[in-house]
Amino acid sequence: MLFSFQAVFLWTDRLIYLLLFLVVGLTFYISRHEHLLAPWRQIRRRPLAMSALVVLLFYIGIGLLDSVHFRKALPTTDAAQEIQYDPEVLSLLDVILGPLKNNVERSYSAPLASQAFSKEMIEAADGSQHRAYPRLKFGGAHLETPETERTSDIFSIVNKRLFSGLLIWSLISMLFVLILAQRHRKPAKEMLGNIWRGETQTAWRSILFTAALLFLLVGVLAPLSVKYHLFGTDKVGQDVLYMALKGIRTGLVIGTLTTLVMLPFGIFLGIAAGYFRGKTDDAIQYLYTTLSSVPGVLLIASAVLILQIYMDKNAESFASITERADIRLMFLCLILGLTGWIGLCRLLRGETLKLREMEYVQAARALGVGPGRIITHHILPNVMHIVLIALVLDFSGLVLAEAVLSYVGVGVDPAMISWGNMINSARLELAREPVVWWSLTAAFVFMFVLVLSANVFSDAVRDAFDPRLRGR
Amino acid sequence: MVQNLLQVKNLKTRFSTDDGIVNAVDGVSFDIPRGKTFALVGESGCGKSMTALSIMKLVPKPAGKIVDGQILLDGEDLCQMPEVAMRILRGNRISMIFQEPMTSLNPVMTIGDQIRETLEYHLRLNKKAAKVSAIELLELVGIPDPEQRYSEYPHQISGGMKQRVMIAMALSGEPDLLIADEPTTALDVTIQAQILDLLRKLQKERGMAILLITHDLGIVAEMADEVAVMYAGEIVEQRDRAAFFAKPQHPYSQKLLSALPGKKKRGETLEVIRGTVPPLNRPFTNCRFANRCDSAWALCEQSIPSWTALEMGGIRCHLQEFPERRIQLVHTPGGAQNTEGAASEERALLEISNLKVHFPIQKGFFKRVVGQVKAVDGVSLKVDSGRTVALVGESGCGKTTTGKAILQLIPQSGGEILFEDEDLSRLSNKALRLRRRDFQIIFQDPYSSLNPRMLVGDIIKEGVKALKIEIENDTDDVWLDELLAQVGLPADAKHRYPHEFSGGQRQRICIARVLAVRPKLIVCDEPTSALDVSVQAQVLNLLKELQSTYGLAYLFITHDLSVVDYFAHEVAVMYLGRIVEYGTVEAVLGEPKHPYTRALLSAVPEVDPEKKRLIIRIEGDLPSPINPPQGCFFHPRCPQVMPICREEYPETTKINKNQKTNCFIYTGS
Repeated sequence: MLFSFQAVFLWTDRLIYLLLFLVVGLTFYISRHEHLLAPWRQIRRRPLAMSALVVLLFYIGIGLLDSVHFRKALPTTDAAQEIQYDPEVLSLLDVILGPLKNNVERSYSAPLASQAFSKEMIEAADGSQHRAYPRLKFGGAHLETPETERTSDIFSIVNKRLFSGLLIWSLISMLFVLILAQRHRKPAKEMLGNIWRGETQTAWRSILFTAALLFLLVGVLAPLSVKYHLFGTDKVGQDVLYMALKGIRTGLVIGTLTTLVMLPFGIFLGIAAGYFRGKTDDAIQYLYTTLSSVPGVLLIASAVLILQIYMDKNAESFASITERADIRLMFLCLILGLTGWIGLCRLLRGETLKLREMEYVQAARALGVGPGRIITHHILPNVMHIVLIALVLDFSGLVLAEAVLSYVGVGVDPAMISWGNMINSARLELAREPVVWWSLTAAFVFMFVLVLSANVFSDAVRDAFDPRLRGR
Repeated sequence: MVQNLLQVKNLKTRFSTDDGIVNAVDGVSFDIPRGKTFALVGESGCGKSMTALSIMKLVPKPAGKIVDGQILLDGEDLCQMPEVAMRILRGNRISMIFQEPMTSLNPVMTIGDQIRETLEYHLRLNKKAAKVSAIELLELVGIPDPEQRYSEYPHQISGGMKQRVMIAMALSGEPDLLIADEPTTALDVTIQAQILDLLRKLQKERGMAILLITHDLGIVAEMADEVAVMYAGEIVEQRDRAAFFAKPQHPYSQKLLSALPGKKKRGETLEVIRGTVPPLNRPFTNCRFANRCDSAWALCEQSIPSWTALEMGGIRCHLQEFPERRIQLVHTPGGAQNTEGAASEERALLEISNLKVHFPIQKGFFKRVVGQVKAVDGVSLKVDSGRTVALVGESGCGKTTTGKAILQLIPQSGGEILFEDEDLSRLSNKALRLRRRDFQIIFQDPYSSLNPRMLVGDIIKEGVKALKIEIENDTDDVWLDELLAQVGLPADAKHRYPHEFSGGQRQRICIARVLAVRPKLIVCDEPTSALDVSVQAQVLNLLKELQSTYGLAYLFITHDLSVVDYFAHEVAVMYLGRIVEYGTVEAVLGEPKHPYTRALLSAVPEVDPEKKRLIIRIEGDLPSPINPPQGCFFHPRCPQVMPICREEYPETTKINKNQKTNCFIYTGS
C-alpha cells in the first residue's frame, strides 16, 4: 500500500484543466483552418519568438506539474484499518523536488553556502560553548572541511554535469532531427544543414539553441541544488529555489485564469455594445466607465477582505491550508477578471462598430440573417485576433499585478508560495545588515524571465495578427 | 536628334516576398521627350506603379530592389546616384502625384505650410518669399481665394482641391518631369475633367514632361502623346497615340480596347480577356500573354517574343513575324433579350415615391438635433421586372443611400417604397425577413463584401439557410455546384476561402450569394468600379446573361456613364439627393436636357481621340447636403443659371414620354 494516494482537485486545478482542454481544442481547430493557421506560420518563422515560446513552455510544464495534486496514504499498521490520507496536499512537482522541499534548514543561509548566515551558540563535543557559524544540516553536508573543499566541489559538479546536460540535449536533438527529416522526406544530413543555416520554415535553430541552454542550466543546477541550496534559504530555512519554482504556478494561474474570467464579459458586452448601439451601448458604457472609475486596488482589497471573513466563519468547509489558499487565489483571479475586462470590451466595441458597417455584414442583413447569427458568424471570428492580442499582452501585466498586490497585502494567501509573497518578505530582509538579497533576486529572476518571454512572444503575436503589418 | 529628357533602359525591379522573388518590372525601356506626355496603361498588378517608383528610386526597401538597367535623366544615370543626391533631385527635377489625395496630405498642417515647406527646402527661399510663392502656386492650380485657403487644413477642402494642392506641391520645385500615378482615379468625372485640364495647361506653360500612369484608356486618349501598354512587368506595345487608337497591334491592347463598354456595343456581349495575369515569381520561357490570347499558337508557348520596332514605337508579339495568324476580333452578338422600347405601363416591380433619408446631426451633451443631412431628399423611380434602371451621379449625391434604403438597411425618413405593391417600411420584422428573398444587393468592393473567415460554400448558403428556402437536392449540394458553374466558378470553390480568389471572382461569389435566394430585383451598387476593364466586361456579361435567363430587374448604381450606356434601359441622374433627369437611356444620354447631365456626359473622356467633344466645364465641387443651396441645388455650378434658379427648386417637367427633368429652362415650353 506504499503508493496508494488520493487525487485532489483544487478549484484552480479544475480551471487549469479546462483551460488546457480549451487550448488543445483550439489548436486542433486552428490547424484545420488555413486562414487561421497563416498568422501562426508567420510566428513560427521568427527566431526570437520561438525562443521565447520554448522558455514559456518550460514554465508552463513546471506549472502543470505543480497542478496535479494528491494526498499520500499514511502508512497503516493494521491491514484491516481504513486507509488514512496525509492531510498535506502534494503536487507532482513537490515529489520531483522532494530533496529541495524537505531539506529545510533552521534559518537563513546564503546561496551555495555550507554554513548558516548568522552566528549561533554551538556546543562542542567537550561541552564548551562558543559562538560560530554552524554547519548547515543539508547544504554541503557531504563535505568534510567545507572551508577548503567547497569551491572545488562546486566546480567539479559543474564540470561533470555540463557534459551530461549537453549529451542528453544532443541525443534528444538528434532524434528530433531524424523525425523532422522523416517528415520532410529529406536525408537527415540535409535536414541538419537546413536547420543549421536557418533555412527551415519553423525557426528550429533557435528552438534547439534555447533548448540547449535550458538543458545545460537544468543539468548543471539540478545536482548542485540537491547538495547545496542554490539560491540559499529563507527565514524559516526553506530552499528559495523551491519557492521560486512553486511561484511559477501561482503566477501562471493569475495570468491565465484571470483572462478566462475576463473573456466572456469583454467579448459579450463589447460586441453587444458595438452591434446593437443605442440603449444597449449606453448601458454597457455606463457600466464600464463606472467600474473603471473605482480604484482597482480598493475593489480588490475589499473583495479579498469579504472572502477572508467568510472563510473564517466557515472554517470547517476548507479541509487544508492548501485548499484555503487555493480558494483565495481563485477569488483573486475572479476579482481581477471582473475589473480587467474593460480594456478588451472597449477595443471590441470599437471594432464591432466598424465591422457592423462592413459590406458583408450588410449583405447578411439583406439576406435576412438574424443578429445572433451575424454576431457569431460574421463579427466574432473577425475580432478574435484582437482578443488574442489583448490576452497575450494582458498576461505579463497580470503576473506583475500579482506581485504588486501581494506586496500591498491584498494578494494571494500568505501561506501560498508566490513571487509576490517572496518579494513582500524581502522588505524586511533588505533592511538587515548584512543584506539578505537572494529571496528577492530569485523571485525577480524567475518573474523577469517569464514576463520577458511572454512579452517577446506577445509582440510576435501582435505583429502576426495585425493586418497593417501583414506581408512584411 | 534632341536628347530625350528621360531614358529608361532595360529597367528591372525585383521584390522578395514569401512566394519567392517577384519580377515586378522586368526589362522596361522607354524614352520621354521634353514637354510630352507618355502614358503607361495596363491592368492592376502589371508593374505600372512600380516602374514609376523605380524612376523616383522610391522602391520600398528592403523587399524591393532595382537589379538592372539604367534610368537616364538628361543623360545622368539615376541608378548610380547616391541617396543624398537623389533627395535633392526628387521634387526639384522629378515630382510625383499619387492616386489618393485624401491620404497624401498631412492632416495636422495647413495646406499652405505644407507647400511652403517644400518651397523652402527645394528653392532655398526664406519664409516670407516662400509664402508668396506658395500662394502663387495655389492660384496657379486654380484654387479660389488662395490667401484664405493657405491657412486651411486638409479636412476643410474637398478631394478635388486636395489633388490640386498635391499638384501645387509637386510643382513647387519646378520639375522637368511629373509622374502622375492614377491622378484622377479617386475623383468624380467632373472633377477629373478639371484636373486633367489643369495638368494640360501646366504642361503647356512649363514645358514639363508627364509620365501618366492610368488604367483608363479614355484619359490616355485625351492626354497622351505616346502610349505604352504594360503587361506582366514588361511593355508589350508602345505607339504614338493616334496610331495606337486607330489600330492597336498587340492582342492585349486590342482586347483592352474592345472590353470597354459603351453605346456601340449595346446588345452585344463584351469582349473579355480570359484568365488572369500570370504570377511574376518565376522566369518566363513563353509569351506572357499566351495563356489569355486568342491568337496564341505553339510558338507562343515555346519562345519569348522579341521587341519589334514599328514606325512609331514597337511591339512584343510573335504575330509581327506571322501576320497571317492574326485572328480578327469578332463581336459575338448577345441574345435578343434587349427588348428596347418604352417601359411597360403595367404595375412596376419596385416603385419608390418621394423617398427621403435624413440623418440627424446631433450636438452637445444631450444630443440635441441641430440639423439634418438630407442624403436622399425626395427620390421617385420605378423599376419593372427584366429591366435595368441606372442611378447615376457623383459621389456624395445619395445613390448608395437610396440603394440601402430600398433594401431596408437604413431606415427611411419619408416616402414610400412599394415592392409588388407592398410598402416595405410598414412590414413587420418577420414579414420583412421573408420578403427579403425578393430583393438583394451587390456591393462595390468585392474585398469587403465577403467575410474572410467563412468558406465560399457557407457564404453562398447563408441566405438560403437564413430564409429557410427549400431547395431540391439540398442534401448533396448539387444546386450549389450548379450555381457556381452558372457564375463561372469551379465547383471546388465552395471549399475555399475568399482570399484565394481575385477581385473579379469575388464579385462572382457575391453574385452567386445573391442568386441563391432567387431574387426578383438586385440593387447593384457600383459592382464593377473596383475591377479592371477586362474583368468588368466579364461581370457585366454575366449580369446581362442572368437578366435574360431569370428576367431579373436591376437597379444599377454607378458613376460610369459608359457602363450605363451599354447596360441600362433607363437612367436617373441624381444630384444632391434629388433626381434631376429621368428617362430612357437613348433619351437621357442621347439628348441630355438638364445642364448637369450635359456637363457630366461631356466630362467623360472618350476613347476615340479624333472625336473632339465640346466640353462643358462645371466649376467647383458638390455642395454639402447639410446645407444645400437655395433654389435649384445646381445653380452655383450651372453654366446656364437664371435669376429664378436662385429662388426656388424647379418642378418636374415632362419633355416627352421618355424623359423628364427638373430645370427651369424647360418649364416654360
